[in-house]
Amino acid sequence: MPMAKLKKSDVEHVAKLANLTLSQKELTQYTKQLEAVLDYMDVLNELDTSAVEPTYQILDDTKNIFREDKVQSSLTQDDALSSAKDTYNGFFVAADVFGSKKEKNIPEKATSRIKLDQYNAILTKANPEGNLGHKDLFVTKGIETTAGSRVLAGYLPQYDGTVVKLLKDAGYVTKYKLNQDAWGHGASGENSDFGPTKNPWDMSKVSGGSSSGSAVAVATGVVELATATDTCGSVRMPASYTNVCGIKPTYGAVSRYGVIAFASSLDCPSLISSTVTKLRKYFQIIYKGDPLDATSQSKARSEHVDKKVKKLGIPREFISEGIDKETREIFLKATEIYKSLGYEIVDISLPHTKYGVAAYYIIAPTETASNLSRYDGVRYGHPRSFFGPEAKRRIMLGTFASSAGYVGRYYEKAARARTLIKSDLAKAFEKVDAIVAPVSPIPPYDIGEKVNDPLQLYLMDVYAAPASLSGVPSLALPCGFTNSGLPTGMQIFGPRWSEGALFDLGEKYQAKTDWHKKKPKV
Amino acid sequence: MSKYHPVIGLEVHVELATQSKMFCGCPADHFAVSPNTQTCPVCLGLPGALPVPNKKAVEWTMMLGLALDCKVNLESKFDRKHYFYPDLPKGYQISQYDAPLCGVGKLGKIRIRRVHLEEDTGKLQHTTLNGKKVSLVDFNRSGVPLVEVVTEPDLTSALEAEKFARELQLIIRYLGISDADMEKGSMRLEANISLATSEVAKLPGYKVELKNINSFGFMKKAIGVEIKRQEEILSSGKKVTQETRGYSEETGKTFSQRTKEEEQDYRYFPEPDIPPMKYSNKQINELSNKIPELPNVKREKLKKLGLSVNYVEVLVADRSRAEYFEQALRQAQGKLAEPAKLIASVMVNQNLDQDFPEPAGLIRKLIELGKRKYVQVDEVEKVVQVVLKENGKAVQDYSKGKKEVLGFLIGQVQAGLKGQGNPRQIQEILVNSLSDDQN
Repeated sequence: MPMAKLKKSDVEHVAKLANLTLSQKELTQYTKQLEAVLDYMDVLNELDTSAVEPTYQILDDTKNIFREDKVQSSLTQDDALSSAKDTYNGFFVAADVFGSKKEKNIPEKATSRIKLDQYNAILTKANPEGNLGHKDLFVTKGIETTAGSRVLAGYLPQYDGTVVKLLKDAGYVTKYKLNQDAWGHGASGENSDFGPTKNPWDMSKVSGGSSSGSAVAVATGVVELATATDTCGSVRMPASYTNVCGIKPTYGAVSRYGVIAFASSLDCPSLISSTVTKLRKYFQIIYKGDPLDATSQSKARSEHVDKKVKKLGIPREFISEGIDKETREIFLKATEIYKSLGYEIVDISLPHTKYGVAAYYIIAPTETASNLSRYDGVRYGHPRSFFGPEAKRRIMLGTFASSAGYVGRYYEKAARARTLIKSDLAKAFEKVDAIVAPVSPIPPYDIGEKVNDPLQLYLMDVYAAPASLSGVPSLALPCGFTNSGLPTGMQIFGPRWSEGALFDLGEKYQAKTDWHKKKPKV
Repeated sequence: MSKYHPVIGLEVHVELATQSKMFCGCPADHFAVSPNTQTCPVCLGLPGALPVPNKKAVEWTMMLGLALDCKVNLESKFDRKHYFYPDLPKGYQISQYDAPLCGVGKLGKIRIRRVHLEEDTGKLQHTTLNGKKVSLVDFNRSGVPLVEVVTEPDLTSALEAEKFARELQLIIRYLGISDADMEKGSMRLEANISLATSEVAKLPGYKVELKNINSFGFMKKAIGVEIKRQEEILSSGKKVTQETRGYSEETGKTFSQRTKEEEQDYRYFPEPDIPPMKYSNKQINELSNKIPELPNVKREKLKKLGLSVNYVEVLVADRSRAEYFEQALRQAQGKLAEPAKLIASVMVNQNLDQDFPEPAGLIRKLIELGKRKYVQVDEVEKVVQVVLKENGKAVQDYSKGKKEVLGFLIGQVQAGLKGQGNPRQIQEILVNSLSDDQN
């Protein structure tokens, strides 16, 4: 059943639902782009999901997570109002709710931002004595936090997130807030409202995203540790493109409290560092359940025991079609190291791999459209007209996919496909102890090369999607360079809560190779 | 009689009286508090904040459901309901969509469709600042636990709707989960009203949602005038517009607020930040055991004691008074004659329970009063004869028509009885004896 032609009036209706005011030019553009993306999504119709339950959360059957009915301290009135543009006698001032829509949407002029380093990796310099960089999705009390978006330019958070606090308590002081694709929307680092992050191995190339600044800051040695997030490859992609290591943990292993939400059922606060050994050390600091995050309290965390890893699987779907030849060769060579270390390498199949991107680009935009609803410019930040083009695109896509009449066809369908993708991995882990795979189908590409074709960019996430949609951990680490000197990474993923085993595998590989020791000329 | 039959359904919102809010630790009691002094990253919808549900609010919602004979869903979850309004800080309300905590139930003859839990919004005030109309926002109320009870359209009159709402309020107060005060806004009513052409006909193809009702009195009036308005429209052969209407206390009329063409698409989906809720029958039973005796049971018990409907209603209207009555009654067994009527009478007519915080005190007082009343008649007669003999002068004065000496004589008898005589009885016997003397 092919998608009926999307009408401009449909897009206008969706924009109204999403509380976005679009120009005629934007309307025309989004109508075309949404149609192309939705057309692609219909690949899901190949799947018979009539007997498949939808997956909306990955929580090891965690249930009944509550807080006791106890009062805790509130913000002072001053703190509550501190980021609002307009207040009066202790109240926030909002546009008259009975007034016309036009009056409410007088666009403010966006201010330009001074670039702080040659790669545009740094958004804010916090403390020169610091030793830690935070992706700008991490909320830092009193330190500007923008999520890479003009909507939050100038926002000084009233609180520290849990990961920020845990690292602070362990003696890590925030040095920089780091650039990223706005709200985490991107695999290339080009979607920051403050300009793309450049790849230190070749300034004309993308650095990978969305945690672009975090990867580049570690790659160039300005910090040894940076926080990041991975919703569908946002740690692994930039780590791979800049020759550093990143861990995307089990979903729920690290608290999301105080990490600006992109797609809540997928977001994993993560870390980037230069070696697996360092990552393992830092990871211990943040690997904790948090009473402020109901999805971080799975009992499976404490019950998990790492199995001895003997068998590694390579998903054949990852190395057959659509992968760059050189990238494939580099990856396969890397797996030879594991063979030489005595691991058995076996061919496995993740048959629903090709549906991963479609499912992901319905689920994540639906959740992000919801999560970005709070940005109305009343309590903090700027009005919704400040959202950049990719954020608007994803808000529109997600609003459409969850709107009346379409939710079954898109959002629910994607949630059922997610179940199939998850069971692919579950079955694979009955055969093998971990899976090794390339991170990206192609090496770093030119900045600007793909920006006008969102679908091509979305397809970059194909190897990231299975682990993300299944909530399993994945470790990304350098595994070689292309002939033109661009870094390539691989990922190792295992069952939920198997980070320890992944770190073991990573350390063994790095003991035998020195790709991770190569640094870009700064 | 009108040829139309009103079809009325109610949606009742009740703020729970928990200590803290639904998804964060801010105080839930926001009445008369300075604006924006009870907020935090969660209820202010700051970037990065996450909700963690309040256990007590969930349990109380299930208890209300159980009190309304609802089927408690063993598996439940929260969902996000999306719409934009400045008092809704996240741009969505955490509510429940297709798996509410409680499903179908009933209160009397009225079927309950569902009982679910959600969070309240902030509060708006509309004013003009520097010549510009603005809305001022206070988020103290944002995130306060809010239970919604939805009925089937089983109500047929304004009076019936009012009775239902009052009974629901009473049950909520018996459960101790909210003060359910309409004036304070901790209980809010919305009525869906339409008119059917016959009692057995299918539901009419429209409904008018009536909002802004903040007292039972106004509710009755508002539903009444809305029914009348619809009758007039239908009688003139026109169609009633499906819309949301408010009620103006000043004009006593309803007015259009929003037509349903602008009906919202809330894009519900499961709240990804909160794990699902699953309960066993054993857990449900444990909650069931926490439910106190409800007004209707109490009412039947008091009626069986032979109390008048008026007495029963006054006592049942306040759970603590009803329980006081029952305690007093237990303690009075064997000590007072017809104790139920006596205790009810002094509570309802004289508020005597106010003077005695403990029922035991009230009973002591009643026994004391009862003793005086029942000083033996022959004792009174004996003393009367003695007093009449000793006060010959007064008796003579009385027979000469100086009736005011009667008071003096009553005092003498009472003194002889050490104050334990029934004044009316003394007077009766004295008057009889004096007239005997005269004859």
